[in-house]
Amino acid sequence: MDIIGSSVHRIESVEKVTGEARYTHDIKMEGMLYARILTSPYPHAKILSIDTSRAKELPGVFAVLTGEEIPYKVGLYMVDKPVLAQGKARYQGEPVAAVAAVTEEIAREAVKLIRVEYEPVQPVFDPVEALKPDAPLVHEKLGEYSYVKGVFFPEPGTNVASHIKIRKGNVFEGFAKADRIIENDFYLPQVNHVPLETHSSIARWGKNGEIEIWTSAQSPFAVRNLLSVSLGISPAKIRVHVPYVGGGFGGKAGIHLEPLVACLSKAADNRPVKIVATREEEFNTLPVRQGLKAHIKTGVTKEGRIVAEEINYYWDAGSYADYGVNIGRAGAYAGAGPYDIDNVSIDSYTIYTNHVFGTAYRGFGHLEVLWAIERQMDIAAHELGMDPYDFRMKNLLRPGSITITGEKINENTGSVIKCLEAAAKEIGWGKPKTEEELEEEKNTGRVRGKGLAVLHKAPAMPTNTGCAAILKFNDDGTINLLVSGVDYGQGTYTTLAMVAAEQMKMPVEKIKVVYDNDTDMMPYDWQTVASRFTFMGGNAVIRAADDLINQMKDVASRVLRAPKEELEIGNERIYIKHNPDEYLTYRQVALGYTYPNGNAIGGPLIGRGMYIAQGLTNLDPKTGQGLPAIDWTYGAHGVEIEIDTNTGDIRVLKIVSAFDVGKVLNKELCEEQVVGGVLQGLGAAICEQYLYRDGVLLTRTFTDYKVPTSMDVPDEIFPIFIETPQLDGPFGARGVAEHPMISVPSAIGNAVYNATGVNIYEVPMTPEKVYFALKNRA
Amino acid sequence: MKDIILKVNGRKYNLRIDESMTLLKVLREELELTGTKEGCGEGECGACTVLMDGKAVNSCLVLACEAEGHDITTIEGLADGELLSDIQEAFIEHQAFQCGFCTPGMIMTIKGFLDENPNPTEDEIEEAIAGNLCRCTGYKPIVAAVKDLVERRGNDGYNR
Repeated sequence: MDIIGSSVHRIESVEKVTGEARYTHDIKMEGMLYARILTSPYPHAKILSIDTSRAKELPGVFAVLTGEEIPYKVGLYMVDKPVLAQGKARYQGEPVAAVAAVTEEIAREAVKLIRVEYEPVQPVFDPVEALKPDAPLVHEKLGEYSYVKGVFFPEPGTNVASHIKIRKGNVFEGFAKADRIIENDFYLPQVNHVPLETHSSIARWGKNGEIEIWTSAQSPFAVRNLLSVSLGISPAKIRVHVPYVGGGFGGKAGIHLEPLVACLSKAADNRPVKIVATREEEFNTLPVRQGLKAHIKTGVTKEGRIVAEEINYYWDAGSYADYGVNIGRAGAYAGAGPYDIDNVSIDSYTIYTNHVFGTAYRGFGHLEVLWAIERQMDIAAHELGMDPYDFRMKNLLRPGSITITGEKINENTGSVIKCLEAAAKEIGWGKPKTEEELEEEKNTGRVRGKGLAVLHKAPAMPTNTGCAAILKFNDDGTINLLVSGVDYGQGTYTTLAMVAAEQMKMPVEKIKVVYDNDTDMMPYDWQTVASRFTFMGGNAVIRAADDLINQMKDVASRVLRAPKEELEIGNERIYIKHNPDEYLTYRQVALGYTYPNGNAIGGPLIGRGMYIAQGLTNLDPKTGQGLPAIDWTYGAHGVEIEIDTNTGDIRVLKIVSAFDVGKVLNKELCEEQVVGGVLQGLGAAICEQYLYRDGVLLTRTFTDYKVPTSMDVPDEIFPIFIETPQLDGPFGARGVAEHPMISVPSAIGNAVYNATGVNIYEVPMTPEKVYFALKNRA
Repeated sequence: MKDIILKVNGRKYNLRIDESMTLLKVLREELELTGTKEGCGEGECGACTVLMDGKAVNSCLVLACEAEGHDITTIEGLADGELLSDIQEAFIEHQAFQCGFCTPGMIMTIKGFLDENPNPTEDEIEEAIAGNLCRCTGYKPIVAAVKDLVERRGNDGYNR
C-alpha cells in the first residue's frame, strides 16, 4: 500500500485558503428574501395571542408566520419539535414567529412589530427535579408523539422522553461480594458546539410543489427525509444541496432551520428565503450538548476487581429530545466505560426541562458518561490504595470479555489496554517528583500532577444505516467520486480519494471528489455523524472500485482475448498477469473501447458500491442486551498539568492521546483530528458552560461563553495510534473523529487530584471552582 | 445614503450605501467578496478580519464610510492569480485549517502581524492570533505554519 497511511493534503486546500470555498452564508439568489425570527423571552409560557398585523403591513415584508399557520412537527428519533412554538414556548429563545422580507433590516423591523401575549407557567430546569410526580410537564401530549418504537421508551404523563435500561448479571449479588462500595455524583452543564459558521439555510418552495434547499448541514439526506416526513411530501420532491460547511460537531446533524425557511418561501410567493442565525441565536435558539447528572455506585474487592456497578444517568435534554433520546441510549449501552464488569445496572433517563434543547455533539454522550466513570475509577482506586493505572489494568475489556450489552470482545475488536499502556508510558506515569521539583512547587504555589483516563465509542445509529458511493470515469481515465456524506473539514473526502486510488491502483490526484452535495445527484448516505463516514463510506468506495475494476476487466478480456481471471490492474492499466506488455490503459476503457475499424464495446463505465451496517440489533427493552456497535474505537489520554494554587488556574503542559484506529489511512489528517479534538475537550474541561438565571440564558456571546483560544493550547499534544485491524473496516480502519475530545476532562480531573489530593465532581474546572475546592480542603 | 469611493485589493469602487453599513457587509454584499466571513458580528471571533492600510481590523466593527480613503485588503487580494501568497502556501503545507471558515480572517491577521513583526517568537504568534477563534484545528497547525514561514522568509529573504 503506497497511498494508504501516507499524508495527503486536503483536496480542497486552495479553495479554503483563498476564500473561494462557498458556504451557505455566502450564497445569494435572484429574488431572495431574508428571514428573521421572534423568540420567547420566557422559559415556559402559554402563548395567548400573537398579533402580526402591523408586521405584515410593513413595506417589504412578504410573509409572517406563527406556529398556528404551520402545525408541523419535526424530529429524528422523537418527533416532538414544532417549527415555530405551538400553544406554548418551552424555552427562552424558542422561535415563536418568523418574517421574510426583502432585506434583513426590514425583517428585523417587522419582528419588532409582532405582539405576543404570554402567560408564564411554572418551569422546570433540573432533570432530577423534573422526575418528581408534581413537576410541571414540558410536553403534556408526549403520549401522542410519533417516535422510533422499540428503540426508545417515553413515559407519557412525565418528563421522561426515553428511559433506557441495561442489565447484566445481578447487581445485588455483585454488591454482596464487594469489600468496598464507592458512591458519587457527577455533573456536566450544557455546552455549545460553536461552529464558526452559524446555522444557515435557504429554501425555495416552487409553484410545482417541489422544494429546493441549500443548507449548512451535516446530512443532506437526513434533511430531505425529515422534511419529507414532517410536511408529508415525497422525498423525490425535495432537493437538498450542501455547499461547504463551516463546522458542524454534531450541531448540524439532523434538521434545523430548513423547515422554517421552506414554509416562509411558500408563504412568500415562492421566492427563495434565506436565514442566517446570529451568534446569539446559535447559543440561545439552536440546540446544544445536553447536560448530565450522574449517580454511580461501584462495588470493588480489596484485590481491585469491580464486581458491581449501578448507574443512573439523568440527561438534561432541554425542551425537545428529537435527537437527545439517542444520546440517552448511547450513553447507556456505553455507560460503564470500556470495563469488564460482571454485574451492571444502568438506567439512563432523557428528561425534558425548560432549557435550550439538546442534540448530537462530538462524542455523543460519551464525554459526559466518561467524565463520571473515569473520575469514579480514580476515586475507587484511591480508596483501595491502588495506583489508578493498575486498577484500570485489572478491569479493562480484553479479548474474551463480555460487554454490558452481551457483545464478546475478540482480538480484532481493538485494545484499550494497549492505548492506556502507550499513553501512560509517554506521559511518564508513576515517575516520582524530584526533591527540587517539590521545593519549586512549595515556593511558587504551582503544583504539577498527572492523570489518566480511557475511553471507547462506537457509532450510535440505526441498525440499518446505509451508505453508497459512485465512481465514474472521465474521458482521460481520471475518476469522479460521488458520495453524499459531507466533508466539513475532517478530511474524509481526501481519505476516500485515497481509498479509491489505493483500490484502483492509480494516483490520488486523478480522483476528484465531487464537492457540490446534492440529494438529486448523489448516492444515498444516512448522516455524516458518529465517526462513521470513513468506515462506511470507505467500505462503499472499495466496493464501487471493485465493481468498476470488474467492468474494466470485462472490456479488457474481450480486447486482449484473455480470461478475466488472468487480468490484473496497476499503473492505470489492465494487463495480462503473465504478459504485462499486453494491456489496455484506463483511458482506453473509460468511455468505451474503440477498435481500429471503428467498432466499439463497453461504454462509459460507472462503479457503484453499497455498504450497510452488519449484524446490528435493537436492544432488549428490559435488559439492553444486543449488538449496538459496528466498530468500537478505544483510546486513552495521559495529561500533565500545572495548577496555580493561588488562583485555581489549570495549565495543561502535555497531553498524550492514544487511539486504536485499526489502520491509519491519512497520517496527517488523523493527527489533526486528535489535536483539534483534544482542544475542544479542553474547552469542555476548563471553561465552557451554559449558565442560566431563572431559565434565561446568560452565556449568549463570546464575551460570556469562552472557548479556547490560541493562548489556551497545551504546550504539547502527542497523538499515538495503535493499529489492531478491524477486519471489516476499510483497510482495517475505524473512526476517530469524535474520540479525541472524549475523556479529556476526566484525565484533567484525575490530574487535579494527583496534584492536590482534591476531587472535582463537576466540569468545567474553572479557576474559581478549583480555587474554592482547594480552599475548602484547607 | 451616502456616496463613497472604496479602495479594495487595489481596485476602486463607487458605492452608494446606507451610512450604517459595516465594511463587512459592503464587502460581502455590495462587492460580493464573500471570502471575508461573519462569525459573530461583534468583534469577538476574528473571522471578518481584513487589512486597513496594512493593519488587521475586524471589518464587522468598521463602518464602510470610515474605510473611505484607506487601502483595504481582503483574502481575495492575497493570491496573484493561481500563484498563492507564501502564507497561503504555508497554511496548505501545514494543513492549518479544517472547515476553513475562520481561515481567511486568520490569514489576514497573520499577514498584518508579520508585516509589522517579521521575526516573532512562538508566544508572540499565539498572542497575535488570540482574537481569531478556530474550533477545528486546535491552533497548533496554524502556529506551526507561521513559525515555518518566518523561518523560510528569513532564509531566502522572500516575501510575497
